[in-house]
Amino acid sequence: MQVYQGKVWKYGDNINTDIISPPASLELSIKEAAKYAMMNVDPDFGKQAQPGDMFVAEHNLGSGSSRETSPLMLKELGIRAVIAKSFARIFYRNVINVGMLAIQCADTDKISKGDVISIDLNRQVIDNLTTKETYPISPIPAHILTLIEKGGLIPYVEYKMAGGK
Amino acid sequence: MGMTISEKILAKAAGLKSVKANDIIWAKADKAMLDDILGPKVVIDEYMRSHNSKIWDVDKVVVISDHYTPAANPTQAAVVKLARDWCTDFGVERYYELAGPCHQVMVEEGYALPGTFVLGTDSHTVTYGALGCFSTGVGSTEMLGILLTGETWIKVPETILYKWSGKLKEYCMAKDIILTSIGATGHDGATYMAMEFQGSAIKELSVDERLCITNMAVEAGAKNGIIEPDEKVKEYMDKIGVKDGYEFFASDKDAVYKQTFEFNADELEPVVSCPHEVDNVFKVRDVDKIHVDQVYIGSCTGGRISDLHAAAEVLKGKKVAKGTRLLVSPASKRIYNECLKDGTFDILADAGATILASTCGACLGVHSGAIADGESCVSTTNRNFLGRMGSKKSDVYLASPLTAAASAITGYVTDVRDL
Repeated sequence: MQVYQGKVWKYGDNINTDIISPPASLELSIKEAAKYAMMNVDPDFGKQAQPGDMFVAEHNLGSGSSRETSPLMLKELGIRAVIAKSFARIFYRNVINVGMLAIQCADTDKISKGDVISIDLNRQVIDNLTTKETYPISPIPAHILTLIEKGGLIPYVEYKMAGGK
Repeated sequence: MGMTISEKILAKAAGLKSVKANDIIWAKADKAMLDDILGPKVVIDEYMRSHNSKIWDVDKVVVISDHYTPAANPTQAAVVKLARDWCTDFGVERYYELAGPCHQVMVEEGYALPGTFVLGTDSHTVTYGALGCFSTGVGSTEMLGILLTGETWIKVPETILYKWSGKLKEYCMAKDIILTSIGATGHDGATYMAMEFQGSAIKELSVDERLCITNMAVEAGAKNGIIEPDEKVKEYMDKIGVKDGYEFFASDKDAVYKQTFEFNADELEPVVSCPHEVDNVFKVRDVDKIHVDQVYIGSCTGGRISDLHAAAEVLKGKKVAKGTRLLVSPASKRIYNECLKDGTFDILADAGATILASTCGACLGVHSGAIADGESCVSTTNRNFLGRMGSKKSDVYLASPLTAAASAITGYVTDVRDL
């Protein structure tokens, strides 16, 4: 299993899908819309996020709309993983279905903007390389991990239909 | 061990004798609903064209363009055109445009039926629970999987029971019941769970009013909201001309609930959900005298015929306050036509209201009533998130149509009893 390392964008509780993908951005293509992600609370995010960065929030991440544009915009910006203390239901499924890591971690309040963290799925921990702390994460079931590694629900279904396990 | 109504419907959809909370099952969709904004446009159209895909059963697919109708600009118009063309090219005959917000159309047209399992690309798909249907929102990729295979996996939710005894007073509405329930639960208190509503106050409500309650279950994080169907639902089915294809389920006496909340409707007072979270609920009388720039009465939450009649009753012979604008958008074209004929629009227009098309537009600030920096809106819709109806520096107060109408007359957030 892999280890993913990246720089943190950090937010608090109740970052809903209207905040991640503002309504006015919905009519655009994902490529165009991505630069408006999080615009109402952090205009820098959409312009400065780099491939490999980590999106970290606290409670109830992704509440509200079923809009898959939220994880798709984060994916377009190259966000590697979405990490939170708790997730809203549809957003959690959407993140996984588009092929991104959704990580549940009770200690995200200890992670700050700009920290470099490393997700180790083998040890089921996040190592904070900036603060030298280590936080446990909830285990990800093997089939969900395979689904994410294949690139999301659709590539996974195609892989299964072709006889993969 | 007994089963809840949600468990019974999911067992049927999965072809199983019984299921229990936390089982993971594969269930067959009775209907799949796609809207314009998150339907074919996101992932689905591109994938299906490039893979020469076929829909598993075109008779079970309904597409409703409602968020961008009427379109505000060429980009929105292109999204609607994409949905329309997709239906033509993939053989979907059940396509609607300018018919109103999708959830009201699904109910009125008889696509969301008691005892069935329905999935939609909009989070408020939970609405159909008022008819005893198990319905929930999914993302576009998940919908693509459903369109190709007709099924999806789902974890059977635990259920939270909301018992509402007593009877609603004439100054309260179903909106006050659901906002109070969400206030007690918290905006993530029902995440992954079912919210089941029971009790004399719920039984008394019309189907219209019940739809307002289940519509907002997702605002507490729930997977679905549900109410046991009864003779009122049967009458509703008869009224819309649906004779078969549905089944009534009820929770067993020994069904297992995760938690139970008890409320008495006799004691309920009009409430309002203050910015910027739906669970930020206060009695209207406890809210400061906040100036209101816009009042919006409409949407799949608060734009049904009973909502517009309630608002008209309050506004009859009155005028909207100077400095406040009142926008009304009926929840469907059918309701629009009914209001045209029964005089409701005359009353509202005489009071100073502007009547809009039946659309989702203002609810999510994409057209027909977005609000500016520093403006406040009292709205009968379902979300008051930061920037939801327009500027990130605006405020949205969620309330019942009665409270909204009273606030339009005074120009500030007002309890209808205080007019």
